[in-house]
Amino acid sequence: MAAAQKVVCVEIGGIPIALSTCDARFLDLLRQRYDGFLSSSRPEFELQFDLTRTGPASDDDVRVRRDGDEWLIERGDFHARWDPRTGRGSVRQNANPYSLDSVLRILHSLILAQRGGFLLHAASAICDGRAYLFSGVSGAGKTTMTRLAPADITLLTDEISYLRPSADGYAAFGTPFAGELARAGENCTAPVSALFFLEQGPENRVDELSSAEAVRRLMRNILFFAEDQGLVEKLLATACDFVARVPIRRLTFYPDARVWDQVRKFARDFQEVPQHA
Amino acid sequence: MPENCIYIARSSAIAARALAGEMMVMNSADSTFFTLNEVATAIFQAADGHTALRDIVRDQVCEQFDVDPEQAQADAEQFVAELSSHGILLVSSQPLSSEAP
Repeated sequence: MAAAQKVVCVEIGGIPIALSTCDARFLDLLRQRYDGFLSSSRPEFELQFDLTRTGPASDDDVRVRRDGDEWLIERGDFHARWDPRTGRGSVRQNANPYSLDSVLRILHSLILAQRGGFLLHAASAICDGRAYLFSGVSGAGKTTMTRLAPADITLLTDEISYLRPSADGYAAFGTPFAGELARAGENCTAPVSALFFLEQGPENRVDELSSAEAVRRLMRNILFFAEDQGLVEKLLATACDFVARVPIRRLTFYPDARVWDQVRKFARDFQEVPQHA
Repeated sequence: MPENCIYIARSSAIAARALAGEMMVMNSADSTFFTLNEVATAIFQAADGHTALRDIVRDQVCEQFDVDPEQAQADAEQFVAELSSHGILLVSSQPLSSEAP
C-alpha cells in the first residue's frame, strides 16, 4: 500500500500552494523552512514531491520549457513537471532545502509572469507603510541595506523581492527566500514607493535614471527562466509598465545607517512633489 | 546583385518594445536582453526580410542620421552580425520571409 501523502500549504505573495510528500522528515523540513508562510487558505496550486537520495544543490543551469501543455523544469538536482491548466505538478528532487527553494521560486516566476508580476533580485523593506526595493548585482549592498535598517523598518527580504500589480501601482510581498542575512522576511505586503539600484560610494545620493536605463537594469535583475515567446513578451511589457508606474532611481550610498535618512528624505520629497502629477 | 548583398529579418522568437527612442529586445530562447540605440533601432525596424541591408542603410540610416555612408555600412554589418549571433536577426544572401512578431 502506498504511504499517505501529507500536505502543507505555503502562501507566498498571496498565492497558496499545497506541497505534499509521503516523507515525514521532509514534511518537517517544509514546515520549518516556510514557518511564517504556512497558510490555511485553499491552495490554488499543488506540487507533489517524490524524494531521491539526499545530495547537494546543483550549480547547473536551470532549464524551464514547455513540453506539450506542461512546463518542464530541470536542473541537476531536480526534475519537475507542472500543468498550468490543472495547477498540479510533481517534483523529483533530493531533500536539499536549496533545491526546494529553487523549485518554488521558478514556479512562482511562471505564475507571476502570467499575472503581470515578477521576482526581482532585490532586498525590500517597509518604511512608514510603503515598500522600498534595493536591487543590484551581488555585492552591491542588498544585504547591507537590510542590516543598516532602523528598528522600525519591516524586512520583506534581503534577496528576492516579490512584486504584483495592484490598483495603484505595484505591491511588494515578504518572502522566505533569504540571502546572506539567512533570515526570512516578514509575511506582509505594502504598496511599492520606489526601486533603487544600489551602488556603493563615498556619499549618499539619489540620481534619476532614464526610463530606458531603468528597464535595462530591471530586466537584468528579474528572475526569469522560461523559454517561451508569450511569457517573454508579457514580461517585457510588465517591466515597461513597472518603470512607468514606479519611481526608479540610482542610490549611491556609503554603508552606514545614514543611508536610510536619504531613503526617508526621498520619500518625503517625492510625496510633496509628485513626479507624475 | 552584388556579392555582398544581404537580407535581414527579425526572428519570431523575440519580444521587442520601443521606449524613449530606444528599442528593447529580448530573446525568448535564452532570455538575453539588448537595448538598441536610434540607428540600430532604425535598422532593426526595417529588417523585413526583403529589403537589402545596403538599401536599409542608404534609406533609413544615411537619410535620417548624419553619418558617412561607408562607415554606416560597416557599422551596420557589424551590428547585424552581433544580433544574428544571438538569434535576434536572421541573415541570408536571399530575401527572407519576415518572422517579425
